[in-house]
Parts: sequence; structure tokens; C-alpha cells
Amino acid sequence: MPERAEAESGSGPTPLSALSTVAGSLLTIASTFIGLTAVTFVIGRVMPVDPVLAIVGDRASQDVYDRVFLELGLDRPLYEQYWRYLMQLFRGDFGTSIMTAQPVLQDLIRFFPATLELATLATLVGVLAGVPLGVVAAVRQGRLTDHLVRIFGLFGYSVPIFWLGMVALLIFYGALGWLPGPGRIEVYYDGIVAPVTGFIVIDAAYAGEWEIVRNALSHLVLPVAILSTYALAYIARMTRSFMLDQLRQEYMLTARVKGLSERAVIWRHAFRNVLVQLITIIGLTYASLLEGSVLTETIFAWPGIGQYITHSLFNSDMNAVLGGTIVVGISFVGINMLSDLLYKMVDPRARA
Amino acid sequence: MLRINKTQMGLAAALAATLAWNAPAVAATPKDTLIMARDIGDIITFDPAEAFEFTTGELLTNIYDRLLMHEPDNLQELVGGVAESWEISDGGKTITFKIRPGLTFHSGNPVTADDVTFSLRRVVKLNKTPVFILSQFGWNADNVDDLVQTVDGRTRITVTEDLSPGLVLNALSATVGSVLDEKLVREHEQDGDLGYEWLKSNSAASGPYRLITWKANELVTLEAFPDYRHGAPATRRVIMRHVAESSAQRLLLEKGDIDIARGLTPDQVQGLANNPDVAVDDNPKSDIVYMAVNAEHPVLGKPEVWQALRHLADYSGMTSSFLNGQFKVHQSFWPSGLWAALDDNPFALDVDKARRILADAGVGGLEITLDTLNLEPYPRIAQSLQATMRQAGIEMDILTADGKTLWPKYRARRHDIILARWAPDYLDPHSNADSFAHNPDNRAEAKLTGKLAWRNAWADDDVNRQTEMARNALDLDERKDMYLQLQGMIQDRSPFVVMFQRNEQTARRSNVRGFVSGPNFDLVFYRNTTK
Amino acid sequence: MTFPALRGAREYLLSGAPRSALQARCQRVWFSWRTFSANPVAVAGLLIVLALVSAAVIAPWITGSDGLDPELSRRLLPPSAAHWFGTDELGRDIYDRIIWGARITLYIVTLVGAIVVPIGLLIGTIAGYVGGIVDTVLMRITDIFLAFPRLILALALVAALGPGIENAVIAIALTTWSPYARIARAEALTLRGSEFILAARAQGASTGGILLRHITPLCVSSVIVRLTLDMAGIILTAAGLGFLGLGAQPPTPEWGAMISTGRQFLLDQWWVPTIPGIAIFIVSLGFNLLGDGLRDVMDPRHNA
Repeated sequence: MPERAEAESGSGPTPLSALSTVAGSLLTIASTFIGLTAVTFVIGRVMPVDPVLAIVGDRASQDVYDRVFLELGLDRPLYEQYWRYLMQLFRGDFGTSIMTAQPVLQDLIRFFPATLELATLATLVGVLAGVPLGVVAAVRQGRLTDHLVRIFGLFGYSVPIFWLGMVALLIFYGALGWLPGPGRIEVYYDGIVAPVTGFIVIDAAYAGEWEIVRNALSHLVLPVAILSTYALAYIARMTRSFMLDQLRQEYMLTARVKGLSERAVIWRHAFRNVLVQLITIIGLTYASLLEGSVLTETIFAWPGIGQYITHSLFNSDMNAVLGGTIVVGISFVGINMLSDLLYKMVDPRARA
Repeated sequence: MLRINKTQMGLAAALAATLAWNAPAVAATPKDTLIMARDIGDIITFDPAEAFEFTTGELLTNIYDRLLMHEPDNLQELVGGVAESWEISDGGKTITFKIRPGLTFHSGNPVTADDVTFSLRRVVKLNKTPVFILSQFGWNADNVDDLVQTVDGRTRITVTEDLSPGLVLNALSATVGSVLDEKLVREHEQDGDLGYEWLKSNSAASGPYRLITWKANELVTLEAFPDYRHGAPATRRVIMRHVAESSAQRLLLEKGDIDIARGLTPDQVQGLANNPDVAVDDNPKSDIVYMAVNAEHPVLGKPEVWQALRHLADYSGMTSSFLNGQFKVHQSFWPSGLWAALDDNPFALDVDKARRILADAGVGGLEITLDTLNLEPYPRIAQSLQATMRQAGIEMDILTADGKTLWPKYRARRHDIILARWAPDYLDPHSNADSFAHNPDNRAEAKLTGKLAWRNAWADDDVNRQTEMARNALDLDERKDMYLQLQGMIQDRSPFVVMFQRNEQTARRSNVRGFVSGPNFDLVFYRNTTK
Repeated sequence: MTFPALRGAREYLLSGAPRSALQARCQRVWFSWRTFSANPVAVAGLLIVLALVSAAVIAPWITGSDGLDPELSRRLLPPSAAHWFGTDELGRDIYDRIIWGARITLYIVTLVGAIVVPIGLLIGTIAGYVGGIVDTVLMRITDIFLAFPRLILALALVAALGPGIENAVIAIALTTWSPYARIARAEALTLRGSEFILAARAQGASTGGILLRHITPLCVSSVIVRLTLDMAGIILTAAGLGFLGLGAQPPTPEWGAMISTGRQFLLDQWWVPTIPGIAIFIVSLGFNLLGDGLRDVMDPRHNA
């Protein structure tokens, strides 16, 4: 996550006409899309996992094996398989998953919201807590508050998240019993609410099942808290660093001399200028959380996109892997573009 | 400045409140619902003609009644399921099954001989992995319509190979013997696929439970069939929940959020000893853990090396520590507790003896790789083997992998030594003998990839002959003796080092009763379970 | 070293007018060090990293065993005088395994750095300096790698290459290089038009020569700072791969794999997964602190 963020923040957008922006965006999406699918396709081919055995199992006889091999079209050259896949995609068909026996599109509709709700909430917590903490730390640079924020930031940065998740489950579920255990919902509630949006909380609220709303919400607390540790640490750290840059600028002195209150100086001037960079950072945080944290999802038995892709990968279920990668990659590019757009809207220089 | 601090405090308070928000204490799981935790990542289909995974084997037992089956109250005896009785004629070549009258499928359709005929033919015509269980009868897609027929409201099957009728009946009690609701399947047939697509995630059965939902990597829900022939199952709903982490399973069980945990490790079971709300049952299983040597390897191919390896496993050291309670020492290929099992365990750790054997054979400075599964306890067993082998001068690297990565390598004979597991497909010794002992064509191009003997590039004429004789023997006592002898032969001269047999420790809430877990992976019965 | 000599060194380092390029360079390093060492947090980071390195170096002398062989009679013993961090599920001393594991951790981060920095520099400087279509193509490739789900790409690569430390390193490197290319490109872009580059070009220096001799050295410092800050991420990713069973193979004492195999003991024998967790945490923290300190020193924009 930090890798992407800092790299991106280094290179700001260049002024382009609206038309070429749109064209550029489309080009970006198209090339990312082609690149992602091509790389995934090659990976799928070089994996030592045998997609045929993933279907027929270990004990299949050779003739069963050979027949499925042909059925999957694996005898064809790789470029031909890739071309077929692309053509199929353009018809809106992601193919069928081997592991779930469902159309990949349907799987994505089931697994992606689970990741989406975790990522959205974790980013939200990260922003709501991380930004003020970062601002405070910058303002009180070198003092206790600053050190505490930095230490917390470094903690969130340095702790292995799968380990923290296990410990948190043990404490808050096992020992204290304050929060529910792994999973999105108690299983006996499954099937009561029809999936409309895929977000259990929203679907249950829509159906008026408040008990289920409560249950689903309480299941969200721990994984969100764990994921947001990292988001929070990162956002607080970047906010602090951006704010420090601004606080050193000369206009700050001017503003103070003009007699503006400290609060106005910080929030109206310094923070407003930081906002531009922050949007990029937040966008990137969100995007990288959307790829689904396989580790967090494993610990919390969360049926998210990260687990879906990983599990499919180990079973050489390439339709599923490709579908998942496309969704994640496209949302990454989409969020980047959105933050670029916001960037232009808030950037005072761009408005002037 | 102050203001910022207040904002910050407010946020902190809000965060704390969210974190500490007390979830409604879940009183207990609903009384009419049995919740089990298990790793269900292996499920890929619910079609009895294709499913060959551990989890589906068990679930299908509870969904479909088979032609012949074992019942929870007497797991030793093979009895009629959908079949009321059968007649063997023509020197064991023809068996005619009379169907129980008055049975119905979940759909309400009556169960008839036509359904049985359809189900058996369907397995052979679809030609999926488990088909070999029926094709060994001499059946194939072209002749099965003649060899399996409905005659006078009965199903008559003809076996063209010389097989012991006992073996035929046992084979028909495998998952492929499940009886499908032909009418319902036909309604969902697409392009003449015999309902293949639809049955992947639906059921057309007459067993105690109906498949309601399968959400891959999440859960499987079954609902009781009130008109089941033994009466309505005691629990209305059974949910099998996907929990791959064993520590998560344990937490869920101790907190009462699940009723049964199906994947605890020996150490975790010991940790449960002081919890009065939890009880642990021992269920001996027929899975065995074995080490196998690739006989094509220039040095490892020597029978002396195999003999030395038999003395280089710390059998009792492992079963008394990290395998304690879940594995016992067992050294023949047919599991203990079953008919015709050889309970002789002649080998123990003896480094000096192994070293002597290796020295006599002129083997020294051996560097090899052991492949195994990346799930416990295999890496631990591998590490113990690594240490004992080093004492005898064998340097062994360990390579762990997911089964899907391991099997292609094994089937292509690209391993040195493999540490793996095996469970019979049906409870007849031939199921294992066919794989461990029988290899009629050892050439690489023969590709008998389903057989372990072939994968390890090992064939022995005496052993092949003995396997075939035992398979075809008509007299039960003679047949038993032949299998005992065959197991001894495998112990003496094969590249297989059978080490352990599994004992499943099922941990349950103490109020859960009547859960039956029999000697094979597919002999698990939910219908008598109460809580 | 005697007292006068020390004074001599002081003068050498502090004199206002350096007499040689070497002296100037030494002075720069000395001032950077003074800024750095004035920051106790950064020094703490440095100490942690040094501790890691020395543990790795002197492992054979400060451990009682190689931490590989099972000793089934002393499984899961709690921390005690004999076993400071207790023993694991196969009876091996966890302290020994942690110390030997330092070598593996160090090996991983060094190797990743050795792969990532050259690749990033190469692609980034070429893209930034040459510009035009080359820049567009190289940056599109970089962006595709950025858009790829990272852990998933690493997983796929490890799965493709087979489990093991070396392959994990390659996989991590292939998923980490893209930001370095971006940094190097940004630096190269700003340098491209600068006078000394133009001068060098006027003197007939080849593109390769300019890239190698003039641009790359100036990109190195920001890349190194960045690498130090990334070390924690690399360690955590390696641990994550180990956790998923794709990193080091048993019985290698890789910390992530130790958490993975030890996690089932969290309830009854907490030390088995907790000690390696703490080890990973401390070392990541050390690299982060060090990286922060280095950035303050090397990047004037962040100077307090």
C-alpha cells in the first residue's frame, strides 16, 4: 500500500484537455485490462497446479483425465486460449468457476461486496481517526502527542496483521466475549434475507430484520478494526508529513501575522492545501484494501475476494482467478481516476 | 489547539464505543439446527456420479440412499438401502435387486427400479472419476444399457469380469451406488447432459436430508426429509460451516457457536479436557498414512533401501507426541478394524539396523527430497522422518505443497519419496489392494495413474497374481487368508512404508448426542443427532 | 585511538574549508550522522537493525542448537531458564529458532533489495531520461504491475515457481519494483534538463554513460530511503507467504512460517506463535524507525 501511494503522490497530474483526459482514461483502462488478463493467463499456464486434476481429482484414470483435458481446450496454444477468453469476456461471460460450480460473475457478486464492506469501513475509520491524529501530531511536532501518534503509526505499520487478528479474536471473542467470532454472520441466519445488494447489513435492514442487522454489524467490528489499524497508521503518517511541509511555508507566517486564530490557520489554510495530496493517499489506501486481504479474510473466515482468488489460484480455477483479478484491477484504476478527478476539483491551483 | 484535542478525544471515544459495543450475547445455536465446523474447501460438486472428495462423500451419504449401504446402528454389516433384497445367480455373475416398496424421493416421486437402473447407467455414461468402481465390473458406456436393466420391476445387473460377489456388493455401496430421482433429473436435463450441470449444486434423492444451499467456502445447508424411510431425522436443519482454521474451530466450539468441530489437532483436544461443556469422541477411521519410494530412482529403487526406510520412522515417538490420540501405528495397507485386516506391526525405529542394511547394499551419502501435503500433521511427520533419516546418513529435504500441486508430480513419477494418505473408496480390501498391490503394466506409457503401485513404478508378478486371486475368490474364508498374505507381501517387498491409521477425534458440545462417525470418510450419519 | 588523534579527526571533519573531495564527503556524512544521531527514535531503529545483523552473524555462538532437529520428549515447554522462549510443537528451542531465523529474515530483505533497486533504477531512469514513447511504454508496464493485486501476484508467482525462500524473494521483488521505477523516473525527469547533464551531453557522453554516471547516483539516495521504509513491508509479505505455507520449507525457522505452524497453539501454549510475532514486529519497527530517520537526514524537505 505505501509503495503505491508514495509513488503516485510523487507525480501529479499534468494539465490535459477534457477530451484527451477521457481518451487517456479509456486507454489506461484498456491497457491495464489487457495487461492484467495476459499476465494472469501466463501465470495460470506456468503454475504446477494441474487444472484437470483440480476437476477430476487425484484418483482419476488416465482416460477420464485425457477427456477433461480436451474439454477444457488445454491442447490449444496459449494465445488461442487467451483470445477465446477475451472474446467470451466481450460477450459479458466470465465463464464458470470449477470450485464453486457457479458462473464467475455470480461468484464475484457474492464475494466482492464482502470485501467492499470491510475495505470501505476500514478506510472510513482510517480517515476519520487518521487525519485528525496526523494534523495534531504535525501541529505539536516533537511533543508527546506527536511521539504517541508516530509510535502508534509505526505499530500499525510493523505488526503482522494475521497475528494481530488471531490475538484480537482470542481476546475480544474468546476471553471477553464482547464480540462475535469469525464469519460475516451467525450461520443460522443464512438464507433468511434475500441478497439484493450483497451487503448483509443493508439487505437485512431493507427486509426489516433488525436482529440480523445487529448481528452482521457486530461481526464487522473486529476485522474492520484490524484492517483499519494499517489504514489509520498510514493515513496519520502521511497527513503528518504533508502538514509539516505546509506549516513550514511562509504563507503560514503571513496568516498568523494577519491575526487569524491558530485554528483557522491550521484548518483553513494548511489543511486545505494538504487535502489535495490526502485524497490521493486515501484513494490508494482504499484501492489496496479492495484487493482483499487474504490473511485477514483467512483469520476471520470472511468470504471475500482475496480468499476467492487465492483459493481458485491453488486449484488452477483460472476463470475465477481472472474474473477476480479483473474486478480488483479495474477498481484500482477506477479509484485512481476518481481521486485524480477530486484532486482537480479541490486543487486551488487547478481552479485558479 | 484545544479544539483539536477535543475533536480527537471525541473520535477516540467514538472508536472505543464502537469497539466495545457489546454484541448481543448469542444465547445458543437454535435447538433444531446442528452446526458443524469443517474445512469444506474440497467440495466441487454434489453429483454422486462425479463427487470424490472427503467432504462430499460424507454429505452425499446423508442426502442419498444407496442401493446397498451401511446403517448407523450397525456399521459392520452391509444391508439393503433402496434395495430390499437381492439374488445372486449365474455363478455370481448376475445380481437381481428387489426395490423396497413405498419409498419416495424428496420430490414426492416414488422410488422405482427404473430410478436405480438410470442411476447406475448414468455413472457409467458420464464417465467421471469414480466410474472405475463400476467399470471394473466390465461396464462401459456402450454395454451398460444391456448389462444394467430393469426386468419385472427389479434391477438386474450383469458382471462380465470374474469378481467375487462380495466385492461387487461392496462396490455398489460406494457413492456411485446413490439412487437418483430420474424424473426430477430429466426435468433439469440440458442438452442431454443427464442433469450433470444441475446436480452439481442440487440434489434429487431419497435420503434423510435434502441439499438446500451450497455456498462454496462458506457453508452447506441440509434440511430434513420428514418422510424418510427410517422416520424424520431428529434435527431439522444441518449446517456445515467452512472454518479452515483449527484454532477458530476450537474457539467457536468453546463459545457454543458451533455444535461439532471436525478438525481439531491432538494438542487442541488435550486443551479441551477441562471444559465440561465439551466432549470428545474417538472415531477410528480407515485413512492410512504411508511413505512411498519411487522405484525408478537409481538408488532409492533398491529393495534394500525400502527395507531400511521401514526402520527409520519413529512410529511410537510420533504417536505418543504430536499424533497422540489421532493416529495409531498401523503397518499394513488394509486398515485395522475392518474385515481381513492384518494387525501385525513388525517395524520399529532401529537406526543401527537401517544403517547396516544400507551399508550391506552399498548405499551411502544419499540426498533426496520428500514431498508431502502442506497441512498438518504431514509436515511434522516429515520433519521427524528427516531427523531419523539423518541419523542413518540420509539427507532429506522436505517440500510441502497443496494436494493440487503434489498430485501431478506424483502421477508423473517425478518424486523421490512421498508422504501421503489414502482412504478406501468402499469397504472391500480390493479397494486398497487394487491401488497398492496391483500393477499389470509398469511401462510409463501405460499411464495407470490411478494406481499407487504404478505411480511408484513398482510391479511384482507374484503380488499381481495374489491380488487377482483374492479379488476373484468366492469363498469368504479363503479370500480373507489371501488378503492377509497379500498384506504381508506388501510389508516385505514393496516400496510402501505404511505407518499410521487415523482416529478422528470429534469434539462436540456435551448436549449433542447421536452423531455417528463410522470407519470410513463417507460413513458419517447425521440423522440421529439431537441436542 | 589517542586523544590528540581524536581531536585531529574532529578538526578534519569540522574545518570550514575542506581540502579534498574526500574530506568534503566525510564532512557531509559526519553532519548527516549528527542530525541522525540527534534523533533518539532513529538511533533506536538503527540499534534494532544492528542487533538483527549481529544476531544473524553470531548465531552459532549464542545458540545451543541449530533449531532444526525435533526432540519429541520436550514438546511445548513454557519459557524457563533452560528455554528462554519455551519450546515448540516438535520440542525445538524457540530462542534458537528465532536467532537462526534472523539470518533468513536478513537474507530475504537483502536479496529483495538487491533485485528491486537495480530494476527500479534501470526502468525509471531510462523512462525519465529518454522520455517519449519509451517512457509511455515503460510506465504503462509499471502501472499494470501497480494495479495488480500485490499479495495475489506474489502468491501466483510463488505457486508457479514452487515454494521456497528464493522463490518467495523473487515473487516479492517482482511485486515491489514498480514504485522504485516511479521514484527514479521522477528524479530523472527533474535532472534531465539540468545544466550538468546538458554539459555532459555536449561533451559527447553517451546516453548510457549519462544514465549510469550522472543520473543513477543522484537517484540512489531517495531509492535507498524508500527501500528502508519498505523493508518492514517486505518482511511482512514474506511472513505472509510463510503463513500461507508458500515461503520457507520446514524445518527452516522462518518467522512467518513459525507463526503459521504455531497458531493452533495460541490458546494453550501462547509462546509458540507469539514470540515469532514479536520478533517480526520488533524488526519491522526497527526498519521503519531507521527509514524515518534516514529520510529526515537525506531528504531536506522533511527536515524539521
